[in-house]
Amino acid sequence: MNERTLVLDVEDMTVTYRTEKGPLDTVRNVNLKIYAGEIYGLVGESGSGKTTLAHAVVRYLPANGFLRSGKICLSGTDLMSLSKMEMREIWGSRISMVHQDPSSSINPAIQIGEQIAEVARIHLGFSRKEARVRAVEMLNKVHMPDPEAVAKRYAHQLSGGMLQRVLIATALTTNPELLIMDEPTTALDVTTEAVILDLIKDLMEEYNTAVLYITHNLGVVARISNQVGVLYAGEIMEEGSITQVFKNNLHPYTRGLLGCVPRVDTNKRDISLKAIPGYIPRPDNLPRGCIFAPRCDLVEEACTVERPPLVEAEEGHLTACRRFEELKKIGNVVADTRAGGSKDDKLGDLVLEARNIKKYFTAAAGLSALWQRGRSVIKAVDDISIRMRRSFTMGIVGESGCGKTTLARCLIGLEEATSGEIELEGELLPYSVAKRPPEILKKMQMVFQNPDASLNPQHPAGSSVARPLILLRNLSRKEVGDKVKELFQAVNLPEEFIERLPHELSGGEKQRVAIARAFAADPALMICDEPISSLDVSVQASLMNLLVDLQESRGASYLFISHDLAAVRHLSDWIAVVYLGRLWEIGSAEDVFVPPYHPYTEALLSAIPIPDPDVKQETIRLRGSVPSAMDIPSGCRFHTRCPRKIGAICEQQEPPWQQRGNYHQIRCHIPIEELLEIQGEGLLKKSAGGGVIS
Amino acid sequence: MYRYLLRRFAFILLTLFLASLIIFTATQFLPGDVAQIILGQFATETAVENLREELGLNRPLHIQYLNWAGGFIRGDWGTSLVSRTPVRPIVLERLGNSAMLAVMALLIYVPLGIVLGVIAALKRDKLPDQLISGVSMAFVGLPEFVSGLLLIAFLAIGLTWFPANSSINPDTTFREAFPYLVLPAITVSLTGLGYITRMTRSGTIDVLRMDYVRAADLKGLPAWQVLIRHVLRNSLLPTVTVVAMGIGWLLGGLIVTETVYGYPGLGRLIVYGIQRQDLPLIQASSMIIVAIYTFSNLAADVLYGLLNPRIRVGE
Repeated sequence: MNERTLVLDVEDMTVTYRTEKGPLDTVRNVNLKIYAGEIYGLVGESGSGKTTLAHAVVRYLPANGFLRSGKICLSGTDLMSLSKMEMREIWGSRISMVHQDPSSSINPAIQIGEQIAEVARIHLGFSRKEARVRAVEMLNKVHMPDPEAVAKRYAHQLSGGMLQRVLIATALTTNPELLIMDEPTTALDVTTEAVILDLIKDLMEEYNTAVLYITHNLGVVARISNQVGVLYAGEIMEEGSITQVFKNNLHPYTRGLLGCVPRVDTNKRDISLKAIPGYIPRPDNLPRGCIFAPRCDLVEEACTVERPPLVEAEEGHLTACRRFEELKKIGNVVADTRAGGSKDDKLGDLVLEARNIKKYFTAAAGLSALWQRGRSVIKAVDDISIRMRRSFTMGIVGESGCGKTTLARCLIGLEEATSGEIELEGELLPYSVAKRPPEILKKMQMVFQNPDASLNPQHPAGSSVARPLILLRNLSRKEVGDKVKELFQAVNLPEEFIERLPHELSGGEKQRVAIARAFAADPALMICDEPISSLDVSVQASLMNLLVDLQESRGASYLFISHDLAAVRHLSDWIAVVYLGRLWEIGSAEDVFVPPYHPYTEALLSAIPIPDPDVKQETIRLRGSVPSAMDIPSGCRFHTRCPRKIGAICEQQEPPWQQRGNYHQIRCHIPIEELLEIQGEGLLKKSAGGGVIS
Repeated sequence: MYRYLLRRFAFILLTLFLASLIIFTATQFLPGDVAQIILGQFATETAVENLREELGLNRPLHIQYLNWAGGFIRGDWGTSLVSRTPVRPIVLERLGNSAMLAVMALLIYVPLGIVLGVIAALKRDKLPDQLISGVSMAFVGLPEFVSGLLLIAFLAIGLTWFPANSSINPDTTFREAFPYLVLPAITVSLTGLGYITRMTRSGTIDVLRMDYVRAADLKGLPAWQVLIRHVLRNSLLPTVTVVAMGIGWLLGGLIVTETVYGYPGLGRLIVYGIQRQDLPLIQASSMIIVAIYTFSNLAADVLYGLLNPRIRVGE
C-alpha cells in the first residue's frame, strides 16, 4: 500500500445537546481517520447520530449543540480553534458537503450554473465570467448532458439524478480535501443510484479527495467504500476495512444489520430474516453496560456491567464487543433457514384478475382542457394484465414514474381506470372505490408507504384499526374490542398501544398499526405500496417477517410494490417488471432473477446494492431517466435507454411476448435463446453460496 | 406566461361584470325613490313622475343596467344627483388623493415590515422576535380612530410637527400635500405593518429551515449573502401578495382614517355618497374599487410568477 495522507483526524469527539432535560451526549468518544483518496463509509440506522456527527465535524451544529470534548484536525488545521468566520472560509473550499435530498438542496429561484459559480467566486476569487465558465466545466465533469443549457436551468427542470450531479459538481468546484456525503443517493431510484455511485467513485480517485460517506444502506457501503464504521446510538461499534466488516465482522450489531437485508438469491420460503429485536436506545436512556446489550442475542451478565471499549481485534479492525473472540468462532450466521418452508406448487384459486388495465390522465386542467383535448395525455398505465392466486405474492418492480403506484390505485379503486376489467374472486368490479359495495371493500385492503400520512393523528391507534371492523364487518362493540386486541397481538404490538396516538409511536410501529388495520377487514388481497421503504433496515426485516407470517396464517394475497428489488425477491412468488406503464417481463421470482431476462430487468438487477463486497455485479447502467409518460417512445418503449438495443426494429415495432417454461414471459425483440447466451450465468450468480450465509 | 395573462384577464372581466351586477342590484334596494330624494319631500306627484321619466327610472331594470354599464365603459359615469356635475372627475380626483396616501403608506410600512419580519425570523422566539411580533400585532388590533387620535394628540397638537387636519384642496400636488400625508400614512401603516411583519417572519422562518439554505451556508458564502441571495429571494414571495392586496385596501378602504383626518380620499367619497343616496356616485366609486382590487391581485400573481421560476419557466 502506498503512503496514505491523513486528511481528517477526529479524536475522542463527544457532541452534546442542551435540552430541557439536561445535556444529552448524542455522539460519544468517536475517533475517525480519513485518508486522501479513500472513502470512509459510516453506516447507521436513524437515530444513530450519523448526521450529528457529520455536522459536528464541520462545526455546523444547531445553537443548542456543542462539542463537549475532542479534537478535529483537517490536514493539520485544528478546526476547533477557528472562529465562525474562519469556518466559513473552510466550508465549501476545504470541506464540501452533499446532502440527502438533491431537490431540496438546490435553491429553486437561482439558476443551476450560478449556484456552482458562486462557490468559485467566493473561494477561488474568480470573476463572474470565469466562474460561469468553471460552472459549465464542472457540469461537464459530472457527465451532465448539455452542460451549457443545464447551467441556465432551474432546479424544478431537472430530475433527481441530475440534481445530485449538480450538487457533486458544486462540491468539487474548489477541489476540497474532504467531502462529506450524507445519504446522497437515498432519494434516488436504484438505477440512478448505481450511476451516481460509479460517478462518485471515479471522481474521488481522480481528485484524490477524502470522503466521509454516510448511509443507512449496507449495500451502498459495500459498493463504494474502502473503510467502514458502524455507528450505533452515537458510538462506533465496529470499524475496519470493507472485507473485515462485511466478511469477518466482529460485532453482533453488524451481523444483525447484515441479517436484516434480504438476499437476492433466496426467498421467504427458505429463510426468514433475522430482525434485531427492540429499538435503538435514546441518548437520555442508555443502558449501563454495552449499549447494544439489550438487543444482543449473545449477551451475558458481564456485558451489562461496564461499557466495553473499542479494541483492536485484528490489525486495523476495531470492535466494541467484549466477546469478539467467540464471534470469530461462531462464524456468520445471519439468517434463519426455515424448516419445511418449501411450499407445494399447487395453484390456488384465482383471487384477482385484471385485464388490459389502462389509466390515462390529461395534463391540462380546468378550462384549457377544452381546447387541448387529446394533446397531452399521460399514459400512466397502458394495458397491463395480471392474475393473482390465493396466498400468493406478486411483486411489482420498476423505477419511479413507471406506473406501479397508479396500477395499484386503479386496482383498489382510488383512481378510476380508463379501461380494462378488474375481477375479484370472479366478480367484475366497478372502477371507483365509491361504487364498490362493502363486501368488496372488505376483500381488498391497502397499506401505504408513509404511515405518518395514512393514520389520523387525532385518533388512537386502536380506533384506526377498529374502523374497518365497524364499517365493513358490522361487529358489536365487544367484538370490536376483542378483535382489535387480537390484531394488535398479530402484528406484535403490546396491548397498551391501542390507546396511543400515532405521534407516540415509531415509524415501524405506525406501519404495524396500518397493517393491522388492513387485516382488520380480513381481506383476500392486500395491496402494499412501498410499505417498508421509509423505514430502517432492522425494522424492514421485522415487517417483512410479519407480512410473511400473516400471509401464512391468514392466507391473504399480496400485491407488493417496491423499488427495493431484494425485498421484492424475498417476499414475492411472482414478479412483474413495469416500465412506462407496461409489463416487460413476468414470471416466478426465481426465473426473473436469473437469465434470460429482459434488458430492463437486467439493468435493474445490476443496480441492486448488495451488501457483499465479493459480489462483482456486471455494470449495466441505464442512461438518463425514465422518459415522460406524455411522450412515450415508439416501438419498444425501452429502446431509448436499452443497453442491448439491436437496431431499427426496436424503434419501429412493438416487441412480441416470448414464452419460456413455467409461464415465464419476456417482451423483447431479442430471441430468448440469444438473451440466454449473452447474459450467461447472470449477474448475481456468484453471490449464491459465497455470500453471507455459511 | 402570455396565455396565463390572457386567461387571468378574461377572469378579471368576468369578475367586473359580476361585480357590476351586484352593485347595480344593491343600489336598487337602497330605501327611498331617487326622484323623490332629488326633489325633496314636498315635490308634487307629477314633478317626481316627470323626473323619473327623465332619469329613465321607469324603464325595465335590465335596460337601466345596460344603459348604466354601457355608459360606464364609454367613460360616461353618470351625473351626481347631489352636485348635478359629472361623477367621473370627482371619483378620479379622489382616487388621485387616495393614491398619494397609499404610496406614502406603502413607502413606510413595507420596508419597515420586511426588516422587522426578517429580524424577528432570525431571532426567532428570542426577545427581539417577541417584541416585534407582540407590538406589531397590537397595532393591527388597535382601531385607526384610536391610533389616529393619539398621533394627532402627540405629534400634531403636542409637538406641532405635522398638521392635525389633512383636508387638502383638490389640486394639491404631492410635494405640497406631503406634510398633510404623514400622519394619516403613519396611522394606516400601523395597521398594515403587522401583516407584512407576520408574513415576512413566517416566510423567512420556513425558508431558513430549507436544505438549500444549509447548503448555501456550507458552501462558505458570507452570512449576508446567504440571507439576501438564498433566503430573502424565496421568503419574500408571500409578502409580495400581501403588499399587492394591501393596495386595494389603501385605495378604497380607509374610511375611518380619512374621516379622522378629514382627508378627501375615495373611502370618504363613498360614505358621502351613501349618506346622500347619490346612486351614480356610489356605483362609480364601487366599480373603481372592485377594479383596483382585481388588478392589484393580478399584479400580485404576475409578480409572484416573475419572482418564482417554477411558475415563470414551467416545464
